[in-house]
Amino acid sequence: MLHFITRRIVLAVPVLIGILFVTFALARLIPGDPCRAVLGERATDEICDAFMERNGLNEPIPIQFGIYVRQIVVEQDLGTSFRFGRPVIDIIVERLPVTIELALAAMIFATILGILFGIISAYWHNSTIDVATMVGANIGVSMPVFVLGLLLQYVFALLLKDTLLQLPPSGRLTSGIGNPPFFQVWGWDVPEHTALFSIYSFIANLNYINALLTANWTAFGDAVNRRILPAIAVGTIPLAIIARITRSSLLEVLSLDYIRTARAKGLAEQGVVVVHGLSNAMLPVVTIVGLQLGALLSGAVLTETIFNLAGLGRTLFEAITARDYIIVQGFTLIVAVGFVVMNLIVDISYAFLDPRIRLS
Amino acid sequence: MTAETLPLKVPAAARSKEPSSLYRDAIRHLLQKRSAVIGMLILLALALVAIFAPAIAPYDPEQQLIGIEQGLKKRSPPCIHALGCSTEQPQHIFGVDANFRDFFSRVVYGSRLSLQVGFASVTFAIVVGTALGAVAGFVGGWLDNVIMRLMDVLLAFPALILAIAIVTMLGPGLINALIAIGIVTIPHYARVIRSSVLSVKEQDFILADRALGVPPARILLRDVLPNSITPLIVQGTLGIGTAIVEVAALSFLGLGAQPPTPEWGLMVSAERNQIFTAPFLVLIPGVAIALVVLGFNLLGDGLQDALNPRLNRR
Repeated sequence: MLHFITRRIVLAVPVLIGILFVTFALARLIPGDPCRAVLGERATDEICDAFMERNGLNEPIPIQFGIYVRQIVVEQDLGTSFRFGRPVIDIIVERLPVTIELALAAMIFATILGILFGIISAYWHNSTIDVATMVGANIGVSMPVFVLGLLLQYVFALLLKDTLLQLPPSGRLTSGIGNPPFFQVWGWDVPEHTALFSIYSFIANLNYINALLTANWTAFGDAVNRRILPAIAVGTIPLAIIARITRSSLLEVLSLDYIRTARAKGLAEQGVVVVHGLSNAMLPVVTIVGLQLGALLSGAVLTETIFNLAGLGRTLFEAITARDYIIVQGFTLIVAVGFVVMNLIVDISYAFLDPRIRLS
Repeated sequence: MTAETLPLKVPAAARSKEPSSLYRDAIRHLLQKRSAVIGMLILLALALVAIFAPAIAPYDPEQQLIGIEQGLKKRSPPCIHALGCSTEQPQHIFGVDANFRDFFSRVVYGSRLSLQVGFASVTFAIVVGTALGAVAGFVGGWLDNVIMRLMDVLLAFPALILAIAIVTMLGPGLINALIAIGIVTIPHYARVIRSSVLSVKEQDFILADRALGVPPARILLRDVLPNSITPLIVQGTLGIGTAIVEVAALSFLGLGAQPPTPEWGLMVSAERNQIFTAPFLVLIPGVAIALVVLGFNLLGDGLQDALNPRLNRR
């Protein structure tokens, strides 16, 4: 097992180096003058020269790449945004939690309902409920995220207005409802601009966790309420995919001989399906759940735009259009590395679940 | 019944049986699958709309009707005479958009762009992906490693984010958007073709080629590739749907088609702040995108089952 994990990690290294190179190249290849994008069209040549000099943009590209790699690997510094004049890491601490919350909420929604629908569909194979579920899954997987987001806003904020099902169309917390960071509430004295402060702020920016830690139920309810629609928008495609995979995987397993044996032994039907069938049908489902992370992040760009959430996706999109190289580099790097790590975890958990893989 | 005629009697079923091939069987199985037939019907309808768009659309999709039709209000809701809309008002089946354009005509013309974009983007990805994957699988060794690690790097980025970066690099526009989506999806095709080539190249008839001294490039092009493309048919069909959504998403973000092009994603984006006041302007093009994608998904799934000879058919 250890051998398997080490091999996987070693294989990920060239990909990580490639990612470093691509993030750097992408940021440089975006046409346009970063100086005028940041300081405005009327910045004079002298001001721009000083700006380029200060940000090391006058160096030859290979040297810039060297500086970049050194910065990331040795100094663990993602740089300072031209536009905001703030360290990229601070912006990540502030905005990554928004996306993590959204992705987690979407994934919980997609996984629970997806597996449930998959089981129902497989169990009553070829029945009306199976056909209905699969038609629903096909429509769900074909619905563009941005259309679904707008449709949900229309239905839940307008059509269902003044009913119990009414949900707020956008934003993160209702204005007026505060959610002060837990370390301030608890009276901890954390000096600013330290790693510890960043870590605490990161946790505090996860609205649910912070509200739970400080027992701030109003804020918790509000945060959950405002996350429902975006989570459904992002989670619907993964939900449909998970339901289909669960169904086909379970159908395949349920037709095997050992299931017939289990039934012949006289075990209860639920026991056969859930204990014998499902536990062996989960392998492909685990992979799919892990691989949906990329789809979630792509969906996050669109969903965050529609639901007005200042998360990773929207910040990255805005940085690309504003030519803020440093943010583009820092954010794509975080996203891509997160993606590689996630795939690694999927591979390893797969090996845990299936001995054939780690032994091959 | 005489003894002589007996051996000539062949069972009727065997006599009428035509020679079967993978593709002939596949088409037969495809037509038996209801969802695939529905998918084909959706796509057929859309293709007809796209081909006959000038005949179906009552107006030019970019023509602003202000001053031409009296009393026309912007964003006026659908008005269909047959459904009781007053005949004094001009008929606009899907209403009028913010720039006084007939929305139905725009949606109809949008089908052309959508289908063209989907096919073009996937064709680009398939050509490049097949070349890379086939060479990687056939040659093997370090070249295989370099190509496939490169594909891993491309796959390490969420598709839409990478596409946004590429479009920004190339400059916004529909053509660049479809190229970006093409580039982002290359790894999928490269992987499929590579694994297919890997299994085909070990087969006896390829070994026979090698023994006969056929040049490798010719083996690859004449014998390996034609026997490896079946999985591409499925991947490509499903890929067209994905490409259409992703290009529409880029247009939605302002990086794809530019106004006044009648592109569905752009149409959703242009009116998205009117979702509470004129929802039809957002939902109609949105549903149109979903419908075309649904068509390709249903057909792709059907093809997947039909082309899989191992699948147990009931």
